Formats: sequence, C-alpha cells, structure tokens
Amino acid sequence: MSTPFLSVQDLTVDFHTEDGVVHAVDGLSFGVEKGTTLGVVGESGSGKSVTALAVLGLHSPETAKMSGGILLDGRELIGAPRSVMERIRGNKAAMIFQDPLTSLSPYHTIGRQIGEVFRRHTGASRAAARDRAIEMLTRVGIPQPKLRVDDYPHQFSGGMRQRAMIAMALVCDPDLLIADEPTTALDVTVQAQILDLLRDLQEQTGTAIILITHDLGVVANTAHEVLVMYAGRAVERGTVREVLGEPHHPYTWGLLASMPRLSTPVDAPLRPVRGTPPSLINVPSGCPFHPRCDYPALAGPELCRTERPELSPRHGHGDACHLTLAQKQEIVR
Amino acid sequence: MLRFLTRRAIGAVLTLVIIAAVTFFLFFAVPADPARLACGKACPPELLEQARHNLGLDQPLFAQFTAWLTGIFAGRDYAGLGHCPAPCLGYSFVNRAPVLETILDRLPVTVSLTIGAAVIFLLFGVATGIVAALNQGRPLDKITSVSSLVGSSLQIYFVGTLALYFLVYENQILARPQYLPFTEDPLAWAAGLTLPWVVLSIIFTAGYTRMTRSTMVEQLGEDYVRTARAKGMKARSVTLRFALRGTLTTVITIFGVDLGALIGGAIITETTFGLQGLGRLSINAVTDSDLPVLMATVLVAAGAIIVFNIVVDALYAFIDPRVRLN
Repeated sequence: MSTPFLSVQDLTVDFHTEDGVVHAVDGLSFGVEKGTTLGVVGESGSGKSVTALAVLGLHSPETAKMSGGILLDGRELIGAPRSVMERIRGNKAAMIFQDPLTSLSPYHTIGRQIGEVFRRHTGASRAAARDRAIEMLTRVGIPQPKLRVDDYPHQFSGGMRQRAMIAMALVCDPDLLIADEPTTALDVTVQAQILDLLRDLQEQTGTAIILITHDLGVVANTAHEVLVMYAGRAVERGTVREVLGEPHHPYTWGLLASMPRLSTPVDAPLRPVRGTPPSLINVPSGCPFHPRCDYPALAGPELCRTERPELSPRHGHGDACHLTLAQKQEIVR
Repeated sequence: MLRFLTRRAIGAVLTLVIIAAVTFFLFFAVPADPARLACGKACPPELLEQARHNLGLDQPLFAQFTAWLTGIFAGRDYAGLGHCPAPCLGYSFVNRAPVLETILDRLPVTVSLTIGAAVIFLLFGVATGIVAALNQGRPLDKITSVSSLVGSSLQIYFVGTLALYFLVYENQILARPQYLPFTEDPLAWAAGLTLPWVVLSIIFTAGYTRMTRSTMVEQLGEDYVRTARAKGMKARSVTLRFALRGTLTTVITIFGVDLGALIGGAIITETTFGLQGLGRLSINAVTDSDLPVLMATVLVAAGAIIVFNIVVDALYAFIDPRVRLN
C-alpha cells in the first residue's frame, strides 16, 4: 500500500504548561489523498485544531513537543527547518481559519493580503500579484473584484471575508488545504455557499482537503472520509457512509444522537453526550472515553478502565473500542 | 478630514476657555494678594490701592476675566503701558514684562528638551519592547523587564543630581546642562541638553518598553498574525508588518499624551538642571501670584495636550483603515 499524499503517523503533540503536560494529540494516525476531503470531527479540545496547526508547523517549538511523522508528498515535516516550512506554508499546504474577521489583517487591503502570498512564493511582481488577486477573487465569487481588491476586510461581509480567506489560501494552488471550522462563524445560507465553493474548487484543482468541524451535517455533505477524534486520539475512522451510516464507537453514537433533527419534536430535550470532555493533563486511564461511556460493563469489568483500545482494523472502517462487533450491532439495534 | 479638524478645533477653543476660566477663578480663591507682592514689603495703603488699580485688580472678577479674554483676540490698552496688540496675554505682575514675549522666550527651551528626550525614549523604548516581546520568557526578556522596573522607579532629581555630580562636575564627561539656541549652534545646543535628555528619557523609556512589550505580545497572539505565518511569510516580516502595526496604535496614543504633557513643562527636569523653560516659569508664577504669566503657562500646557490629542486622532486614520472617516 502506497503512502497517502498527506500521511500522519503516530503524531503526538504535548504542551508543557505550569499545570503539567497537556497531551493535546496522542498517537494519531491518518492519511489524506489528493482530490479527497477528510472530515475531522470531535468536541472542543479533542485535538482537531492542534493537529491542523501541527501539520503546518505552526506550533512554537518551545512550548509544543511533537513526535511521530507528518509526511507531505513523501517529505517529513516534523523537525524540518523553519525556512523549509515557510516555503511549504501558503504554497504547498495552506490553511483557512474559523473567524475570517480576526484572521485577516485589519491594516492591509484584501488584494494585498492575497497578493503577498503569491509574491512570496512565486517572486511575482507587485502588478502580477494584484492581477492574480483579482483573478482569485473572481474565482471565489466576489462581485466586482477589480473594485473590491482595494477594500479592507472590515468593508467585506462575513461570507465575503471567508471567500477572501479561501482565495488567499488557494492563490498558490496548494496540494493540501486545511480548513479549520471554516463556516462556524457564518450564518447557515452563507455556510452552504462556502462549502459548495470549497467542493467546486477541489474539483477544479484536485486539492486534498482536511475539513475540521464539529458539525456532522457539514461532514455528511462535504467529506469523503471521516476521522472522529476524542481526547487527542482517533476513535473512529472510515468513509462518510461507514462512519455516519453504521457508527461503531459509542462516542460517535453520542455525537450523532446529540444532533437535533427536523423530525424530533420541538419540545424534546437535547441529548448531549453526558459528562464533560476530559482534562488533557490527566487523561483517563485505559479508554479515555470510559467515564462517559454507557457500556464499559459489557466489554468486561476492568478492561475499559485499564487497557487502551487501538484503532482496528488498521485500514478501512476502524474504531477504538473494546466492544465486539456483535455487541455493537446488538446495541445499535 | 476637514470637517473632523474643524469640529475638533472648535472643541479645543471651548475647552481652553473653560480651563482658563477655572484657573482664573481658582487663582482668586487663594488668599494671596498680588498687589501686595507687586508693591513690596513696606507698602503704604494708598500705594497698595494704586498698585491694585494698575493691575486691574479693583475691577469685578468677571470684568477682569473678560478683559483678559478679549485681550487675546482683540488686544487691549493698559494705563501707563500703552496698547498691547492681539494676541495679548498681558504684562507680568512682578516685572511688567510682556507675557507673550516671556512665553516665546521660554518655549524653545521646553520644546528642545521635549523633542530630544522624546526621540530617545520613543526609539529606545519601542525597540527594547519589541526585543523583549520576541524573546518572551527568555533571559533577555527578564533582563528588560527588571531594568524597566528599576528605570521607572528612578526619580529625575535623584538620577539627575548624581549624573550632574559624576558626569559633569567631577569628570567633565558631559557638558554643563544649558540651553543654547539651535539656530545659532546646533552642536552646542545638543551638547548642552544631552544630560537632561538622557535623564528625562530614562523614566519614559521604561514605560514605553513595558507598554510596547505587552501590546506586542498581545498582537503576536492575534489571529491575523497566525494567518500571516500560515501564509509562509518570513518571521521578520510577520513581526514588522503585522504585529508592529497594531502595537503602534497604542504607542502613539500614549506618546501624544506624554508629548503634550512635556511641552507644558518638565518642571522637575528643568529645575534639576537649571533650565529656564515653561515648567519653571509656571512654578514661579504660582509662588509669585503672577496671574498673567500663570494664565499663559496654563494655556500653553492645556493647548499642547489638546493639540497632540487631535494629532493622535488624525494619525489613527493613517494607521488603522477602520478608523478612516468616510
């Protein structure tokens, strides 16, 4: 089996803080192929964003200790020199962030912020970069791009800002695009437009996309594969159909059950996953989900508390849970 | 922009009139008799009455104030001293010298002192602040924060006196502090003011270092700085183009206020180094109950603060496009 375009192997990210070591990501492995979208879901603090920032090498080496492997197109990124990472960022691998208002510089025009990425990585002239910025604004559907290129972010609406962010991320035709909750700060109609835009652009360019979100609806509509994260680990992985259609992990069940549906009565209470996300300084022993899980007794008395389940099988639809497949099917039924 | 400036200018004039009125009436609330001071120690009652009349102090308070105010705009006639053309700030109670001339004579001293010190503390303070922010938590940052704490706890009269003793009188390393006009000999001007500049800037530098550091640390944590790094921008360009831009807004605000306050007179510095600037003039005016001089120094001090505030507000528009007024 060949290595995927982006291959993350046994990634660990620890932050050393005054309160102790935060195990933000703990032994995470996944891969993304070109032209496909991996949806990464999980609660806040499950390590989604930390993983994204790790791929681009955006953690400060002084606070974050990383180990494992991040292979982009066969090249190891962990421990790569800063100059190499600076050449990759914005060029081969780009990122768009959650809040486009704070993520764009208020002091520079949209056109300049898009153009400078292009100039930085291609050495283009100022004029060429400006033309490229206008071209990118056209591609992401900003009306009157020739006029809006000289606007500042505060003159754009929320949806237009996120379009501008996408234009900025795609200006150098990256092979990998990481979108960290790109639609969370936007209203629902704009959200759909942005996701459509990402899908269209992916069809044109064949970019690999990592879509980080806590919205399973977004994943269902946009992603090809899904990675469910809990406490810095992958608890379930598979295609969208597999994970959302036949979920195997109790945490995935909880996430799906917590989503209100149009068919549920208006007065029915919401059904959150019970308990709170664990502290990443003192991660629960064994399966980190066991304190919140409804079924540890089924798997055997002490198993869930003492032994950490591995993601299995290693390829295809896998989950990290001690329950047997038969037990899971029984519960789901 | 023009509308903004007009509106601010009108506001500034109103503010100054109010400040002048408050100062004027407060002056008379103090139980000191300027006429007695002007007349001398052994002053017979009829001479005292004469002095009171000459100074215009026998008029009702309100009439005195309006006479002073109209003098600024229209000039005014003084019995025995002739016509004083607009802008007329009157004559000193103490030595009958025209106040406007005195102010214009003293202003260059204070302005020279302020500009020189401001250049030093702005450049040095901001630079060390940036270095500290970029080395957050490392030894260099800690050294900077300790020395700025020490610096801001120092007092001008203490450091100034020590420096005068060791650097000027004992070892002749620096020139004796004095004011020589810039237009006559720029080198002598700079040499004479070097020590006051350095001493005055020590305390301000510390403040600017700490302010720049904390704002910069905040800016470096901003989302758009992270975006700049995610775009592959070089570390130096991230610092200078993105993080510093936001820091400047804060620095310029405080800088405007400080400059305004310093133009009003760096009283302690001027006194320590024997410079005849506005600060000393105002202190002397208070102790001598010299109303016209006091009013003029208050006007200059308040005016400077107001003007620099307007300048700062206008500068915002250049730094931050969100503030642009169209």
